[in-house]
Parts: sequence; C-alpha cells; structure tokens
Amino acid sequence: MKRSGALLLFPLAVLLSGCDFVVLAPAGDVAVQQRDLLVVSTLLMLLIIVPVMALTVFFAWRYRQSSTTATYTPDWDHSTKLELVIWAAPLLVIICLGALTWLGTHLLDPYRRIDRIEAGQPVTQEHKPLRVEVVALDWKWLFIYPDYGIASVNELAAPVNQPIDFRITSSTVMNSFYIPALAGQIYAMPAMETKLHAVINRPGTYTGFSANYSGAGFSGMRFAFHGLSDQAFTDWVAQAKGAQAKLSRETYLELERPSENEPVRHYASVDPDLYGAILNLCVEPGKMCMNEMMSIDAKGGLGLAGVRNTLPLQYDKLARRGAVFGSDPSYVASICTAEEAAAASRATRNDDDRDWPLRDLSPLRGVGLLAPGAGSRRADADTPSLGLLRFEL
Amino acid sequence: MPETLTKFIFGRLTLESLPLHEPILVATFVVVALGGFALLGAITYFKLWGYLWREWFTSVDHKKIGIMYMVLGLVMLLRGFSDAIMMRLQQAIAFNGSEGYLNAHHYDQIFTAHGVIMIFFVAMPFVTGLMNFVVPLQIGARDVSFPFLNNFSFWMTVGGAILVMASLFVGEFARTGWLAYPPLSGINYSPDVGVDYYIWALQVAGVGTTLSGINLICTIIKMRAPGMTMMRMPVFTWTSLCTNVLIVASFPVLTAVLTLLALDRYVGTNFFTNDFGGNPMMYVNLIWIWGHPEVYILILPLFGVFSEVTSTFSGKRLFGYTSMVYATVVITILSYLVWLHHFFTMGSGASVNSFFGITTMIISIPTGAKMFNWLFTMYRGRIRFELPMMWTVAFMLTFVVGGMTGVLLAVPPADFVLHNSLFLIAHFHNVIIGGVLFGLFAGIAYWWPKAFGFRLDPFWGKVSFWCWVLGFWFAFMPLYILGLMGVTRRMRVFDDPSLQIWFVIAAFGAVLIVCGIAAFLVQIFVSIRKRAELVDVTGDPWDGRTLEWSTSSPPPAYNFAFTPVIRDNDAWFDMKRAGYRRPLSGFRPIHMPKNTGTGVILAIFSVALGFGLIWYMWWLAALSFVCLIATAIGHTFNYHRDFDIPAAEVAQTEEARTALLSAQGARA
Repeated sequence: MKRSGALLLFPLAVLLSGCDFVVLAPAGDVAVQQRDLLVVSTLLMLLIIVPVMALTVFFAWRYRQSSTTATYTPDWDHSTKLELVIWAAPLLVIICLGALTWLGTHLLDPYRRIDRIEAGQPVTQEHKPLRVEVVALDWKWLFIYPDYGIASVNELAAPVNQPIDFRITSSTVMNSFYIPALAGQIYAMPAMETKLHAVINRPGTYTGFSANYSGAGFSGMRFAFHGLSDQAFTDWVAQAKGAQAKLSRETYLELERPSENEPVRHYASVDPDLYGAILNLCVEPGKMCMNEMMSIDAKGGLGLAGVRNTLPLQYDKLARRGAVFGSDPSYVASICTAEEAAAASRATRNDDDRDWPLRDLSPLRGVGLLAPGAGSRRADADTPSLGLLRFEL
Repeated sequence: MPETLTKFIFGRLTLESLPLHEPILVATFVVVALGGFALLGAITYFKLWGYLWREWFTSVDHKKIGIMYMVLGLVMLLRGFSDAIMMRLQQAIAFNGSEGYLNAHHYDQIFTAHGVIMIFFVAMPFVTGLMNFVVPLQIGARDVSFPFLNNFSFWMTVGGAILVMASLFVGEFARTGWLAYPPLSGINYSPDVGVDYYIWALQVAGVGTTLSGINLICTIIKMRAPGMTMMRMPVFTWTSLCTNVLIVASFPVLTAVLTLLALDRYVGTNFFTNDFGGNPMMYVNLIWIWGHPEVYILILPLFGVFSEVTSTFSGKRLFGYTSMVYATVVITILSYLVWLHHFFTMGSGASVNSFFGITTMIISIPTGAKMFNWLFTMYRGRIRFELPMMWTVAFMLTFVVGGMTGVLLAVPPADFVLHNSLFLIAHFHNVIIGGVLFGLFAGIAYWWPKAFGFRLDPFWGKVSFWCWVLGFWFAFMPLYILGLMGVTRRMRVFDDPSLQIWFVIAAFGAVLIVCGIAAFLVQIFVSIRKRAELVDVTGDPWDGRTLEWSTSSPPPAYNFAFTPVIRDNDAWFDMKRAGYRRPLSGFRPIHMPKNTGTGVILAIFSVALGFGLIWYMWWLAALSFVCLIATAIGHTFNYHRDFDIPAAEVAQTEEARTALLSAQGARA
C-alpha cells in the first residue's frame, strides 16, 4: 500500500521538479520578501487547517453509524469551554497573521522606496535609483528611461543591485505591470500614475507581462526583462542610443495604435515631455492636458466659456467614439501651446525622487509603525526597516 | 430611403451580426435549434402546453417556483460548463506556436460568459430556488409573503438568462471579463453590442433577484409559525435571512453602477471614461461593493444546508446553534467591509490595504467557528453516510483549503504576486465549487424526496459525487501550481511549453467533471424511472428534525393543513419525541393566492425592452417599455387574486395521505 502510494507520487514529484516556480524562487529582493510572507502565512494557517482536516476524517470514521463502540449523545449541543476554544483558536491565528499583514503591507508598499538591496545590504547614497517610465499600450509595453533619453518597446533592462523606480501609466485601458521574478504587480491605468520600487539581484532574463486582461491582444503583451551587470547595461544603453528611430509625439501616436505581438524596438531619443503628456492625455497636439485643466479648475475654472472650449475630434485612433445619444466626439482645446503646457507641467512635477533621505535601518523596537501618512512627512529616524521581516522569520 | 427604414426597424442589427463565420457557433446553433424544436414538438405532441402554463408558468406556489429556479440553474449549468470545457481545451493546446482553436474574439467572449453565467444564472437560481422551496416549509408557512412577486422575480431571472443566451447567436457577448471594468467596457473600447447584452441581461435579472430578496425577508420576518422565535429558526432559514438581507442591500449598488455604465455608453456621460474627468476606479470600487457581498450571498445558504445535513445525518442536535447564528450575522456584516481586497494592486496606500486585508482575515474567524461547529456536531453522533452527508464531508475537506488560500490572498504583499493569477482562479473555484456547488448537491439530494416523494438513486449519485470531487481536485490543483509559476488568468496562448502538462491535467479534471454532470443527469433520469422503488410515503425519509419533514412529500399546495406550533429549534424532532399525531379532522377552508400570467408577460416585455436597447431599435424599446408599465399598472386592478381551498378538499387530501400511511404501516 505504502509503496503504491509512493509510486503514485513519483510522477508528481518529477512534474514539480521540472517547473519554474518563479513566485516561490524570485530573483529580486522585493519579490523574495513577498515570497517569505506568503510562506509564513501559509505555515501559520496550516496550524489550524491540518487539525481541522484530520479531525474531520477522524470524526467521520469514528462516529460512523456502523461503529458499535463509539459514544452517542444525541442531545449534547453546547459546551461553553469548547465554544471558547473554537472561537479563540482562529482568533489567535488571525491576530498573528493580522500583525504580520500590517507590518508586511507597510514595509512592502510598492510606493515606498526600498531601503535594502538584499538581506544585509542597505541602500546607500551610492545607489542612485534607475528611473523607468512604463506605459501600457494596446497591446505592448513602452519603457522610457528619462535619465538616458532612450526608450524601448517590449524590452526592459536594468542593472543588478540598483534600485529601480517605476512610474507606470497606460494609454487606453487598465493593465497590470508584473514581472514575477522582480516584484509584485501594480495596475497600469490611463490618466493615472502608479509607482513601483524594486531591485533585481541576479543577472538573467525574466518574463514580464500584463496581469490584467485588456482586450484582444492581451496574451501577447509580454516582454523580456534583462537583469544586467553594470557593463552589460551600459552596452545595452549604447545599443539603444544607436537605434535609428526617435520617439516624438508623432511617432508615439503611430506606436499607440492597437497592434499585437510587437517585436522589440529601441528609440535613440525620446521627447522629454512625452511621458507627462501621455499621463495627462494630451499627446495629440492642441488637446488640453489634464493637469492644465485641473489647475484651471482649481482656480475656479473657465465658467460657461469653458463649455465651448472644445474642438471636434478629427484624429481618431479608435474605430468609433461617442455614445449614440451623446454629443459629437470632441476634446477640450488647449489654451496654451504644447511647449508652454510642458514647461508648466515640468515646473509643477512632483520631483520627490531626487534627494530623499536615507533611512535608519536599525530594527523596530517596542513601538508600532507610524500613523498613516506620517511616513512621508518625517521619513527619518524611526521609520521601520525592511530588515524587520527577515528578523521575524 | 429603404436603408433608413431598415435602420429604423432593425437598429444596428444586420445580417453580419449573425456569427455565420464561426463554425463552432453555427454547429452549436444547429444542435440547440434541433433540440429546441424536438422539445417544443414533444410538448405540443403530448399536449402539455396547457398543463405547463396553468400548473407551472403562472404558478405562484413557492414550491413550484423553487423547482423552476432549479431547472433554470441546471440548464444554464450546461451552458456555463460548455464554456469552461472550451477554455480548458483551448489552454491545453495553445502551446508551441499553436493558436489553439479559438480566436481572441471568440475566446474572450467565452471566459466572460462563463463567469457571468455561472454566477448570475447558475449559482443564483440554484440558491434562490433552494431558499424558495425550503424556507416557507421550514417556518411552517403556506407560501411566501408576496406570491405574485415571487413568480415575477423568477421570470425576470429567466429573462436575463434569455438575453445572455441570445447573445450567443445574435451578435456577440461582452469581451471584458465578467465584471466589465471600464474603460475597456466603455463605448470607446467596446463599441459593439456585447457589453450592452451584459448590462441589460444583468439589469433584467437583477430586478428579479432584488424583489425575491425583499420577498424572502418579509416571509421570514412575518410568516413564521407561532412559537418560532428568531432563535428557534432552523439554521438554513437563518442563513437565508442573512443572504436576502445582503441581496437587498447590495444588488441596488449593482443596478446603480450598471446604470452609470449604460449612461456612459448611451448618452455620453463621463462617469468612467478616461477623458472629461471620468474615473474608472470608481466603477471598480462600486462593482466590488456589490461583488463581495455577492459571494456571501452564494455561500451562506449552503452553510445552512450543511448545518441541516450534518445535524440530521449525525442524528444529533446541531452543536452551538447560538454561535452558528451569530457567526452568520457577523459574516453578513463583515462582508461589506472587505471589498477592496479585490484590488490591492490598484495603488491604495499601505494602511488602506492592510485595513481591508485584516477585515478579510477576520471573516475567517466566524467561518472557522462554523467549521468547528459542524465537526462537533459529528462528534459523538451516529453518522449515516447518505449522499447529502458525503457531499458535506467532501465540502469540509475541500473548503478549508479554499479558505486558507483565500486568507493568503488577503495578505496584500502576497496578493501582489498572486493577484489575477491562476492561483486566484483556483482559490475561488475552490470555494465556489467546494462550497456552493457541493452544498447545492447536498441540498438537492436532501430535499429531493420532499419535492417529489421519492429519493434520488444512490448509485448514480455516488458516481456523480466521485467524479465531481476528483474532477475538482484534478482541475484546480494544477491551477494553484501554475499560479505559483506566475501564470496569469484569461490567457489565450502560451509560449512556455513546460506549462502545458498542467493545463492538460486540468483539462482532464474538467472531463471528470463532465462525467459528474452527466452522472447527475442520469441519476435524475434513473430515479424517475425507479420512483416506485425509491418512493417515500412518510414524508420524513431521513428522520429529519425541521418542520418541512412533518408534511407529506410532495407537500400539498397548502403545505400544512394546520399551522404547526413550535416549542424547540428542532421543531419536528421535538414533535416526534412528544408523540405528535397528525390531526385527522376539523379541517377548515384554506385561503390561498391565485395563479397569474402577469409575471410571464412582464418578463417578456422586459426582454423585448432589453433587446431593443441593445440593438438600438428605439421603437421596440419604447413600445415594450410602455407595455411594461401599462401591464404593471393593469395588474394592480386585478382583484381576483385569492381563493379558498374548501375544507372538503383539504379533508380529501389529508385522508388520501392517511390511507397511504396506513397502507405502508400495514406493509411494515
């Protein structure tokens, strides 16, 4: 009996050994910590799940009708002691898990800058983060490197052991930016920006993709993520710089049109205001940017005059636009020129990345986490460290 | 001019809207049409139309409506499962450069339809049907509070189902995923009829669900037999009450959010668009404020079923009745405080994410308490492993795994790596199949003899049971594994060949489930054939404990000749122990509601209204809307709504039962 069980398990073991459990064996420190949390939570829950399953089987067998030795108490339906136990046992597990969740969620918040490269190696002043602006298009990914003035489609590269700051948006519909080997995912949404901070520790080529269905070409919305040594990354940048194509507003509007299974493409230069324009839905010339509109509205708006400040839509990337009983497709006309808008946008751009204070990495002792929101105001001495999680393990 | 006329009459419906270029759909249509004609022909040949119309379609009897809901659920299960097996097949073969056999346009409709159908038109009708049938019997009532509303609710649900089915052959269904997130579901990115089918099918069915929720709440609050205080209600009635409270509180949110989406699509508002200040995140929040309670709407009544079954088949009072009730109520309340866990990855702050993560985990405490309560009901019991009990034990062993992975997904950083992955798919199928579906099968096996007067054939039931249970594990364990390998949901083609073996195993599991469904149908067929052998004249085949077992099987139209008086929460068990004797004389006329066809007519107009709106046939929409309102107003002038069953007829029915019982007593 035992032998046949082992024989049955053997093919399963072979199957499992041949797999790449990237979520359980990632190559980036953030994903590693997320994996740790996953494993600890599972073990914690197994403390209660395993006894329940065992008891179910045992009771079902022990108190079967044909059993002649089992006690039968048809009217027994209450026991305060037992009730206390059955409410307290899950409660205790959830208290532990809840504490772990609160800590883990704050420490692994994708918006929070990482403060360690890997276990035992804190981020220092030398680790200048690599900035990458990510745009989910129908159905491909655009990566803009503002520090290098280059861009690529469906290929992402980063040097190992250097923090990466992603700014993520989308051109049309919702997607989710996910590289399992690197870090957890975050949605990419049109006219909105999400952030992700991560680091890759081992060189290699990993898969990235959209983890949120976005239409017909969704399955092909995959890209390679290269973790490269510093030298290889420099070469990669040089290679991109040597590309023929340049990414201007016009070429972007071409690129933005829906297409599937796009090959890798590099752009030697990028319009520095392009990402801001994508984010504010104003790549098309003459269209008012959202941030411009919002700042006008914040000052009281244009009043009734604003209602007429629209132009009929001529360029149309979509098959059809506008509801059947709606007004004709139109857009809000820009008041300033594209250059003026871009300059204004640059001036107001939230540049909190540039000079951020380093954190004290001594483990948290005795005090809880900061109140929500306090972290950004005084991100200094008593901010808890990522080292804590490892410490817990 | 004729072109304008055609456009006026048919809106945007043209010959190209018929999916003649899709051979799979054409073949399906031929099969469905042939089957449909055969069915209609048979009904006509056997002259059953009058019978069906008088005895079923227009019936306001909660038992018949309950059974019709179950039939609807079963029919739609076949459709929803066909979608599932097509997806499994596509994903099992779309490797190594193969595109599989489904193009994106078709595949994307299939996974959307699968989700929508399984939740709205399989699980909901099954659950509502079960509640409809059982609750009035359990509380000693003769019908629900608003019998006509009940019939109307049912037909509106059917109406929604008809619209979804129509999308298969006329036009297309949504290609957005089952919750139709904008901007993808907005007019800019989904200009076709698919999303409109989605919207109007759910709106029509949603009216039915909301009204049926109101109806059952009133029934449970107002129509309990004397002596049945709230804390003496059977647990199934309690969980039904909580479920209907959830329905009434959450379905209006769904109606509202779909209305906003419809406004965006029809009149050019900008609630959820990218431009002009719209905010798609608002939709995601609103739809999940409905969507999360929805999963508890589905599971709570089945928790009730498991409680009834465990107690009955262990031959014991339910352990911890009070804590069971409080656990249910706590789950009801908490289910409103967890919706954000469906989109931790949308970029909320860490504190918001942890709040919703922790509230989600807290739900596992009352759920865990329930699990222990069932365990200790089995403890020192005398467990009979009839089918319902087998399903219950399978549920307990399966559901805890799903619960565990659910709590895991509630840890936001863990969710970041597992969100939208096949791990998530495995999780919710684990709780929905392992909880809702297993519970439904337990409930069907348990109450079938009450509904029809004979048991279900145990052999085919066991075949179905093992196929389902093994099929479930084969179909979904590979998905857990694939999720840990970082494979995301809704993919049509794959480029990593090492994944294929898992999809093949999952497809094998799906085939086992096909066998399970087939065996279930065979079981029904065989049981009907062998009904003389499986007959139960006592009305109490399982040595039941609650009131529904005190009346005959099937119960008479009036359920109880005399309203029972309750002294204990296991009312019928208590009556049996106290030596209850059926009253044999002193019958009085019984006041009952009259059948009406208005529900059917209103639902037909609603379907026409939906169809008109979907295809921009404004004349049809306007006309059917006017007819709908006129019929509804007209019905308020119907004063022939009730009648009395004469005392003599009641006496006759009861005497017939006495004769049967004594005949059986003599044989025994």
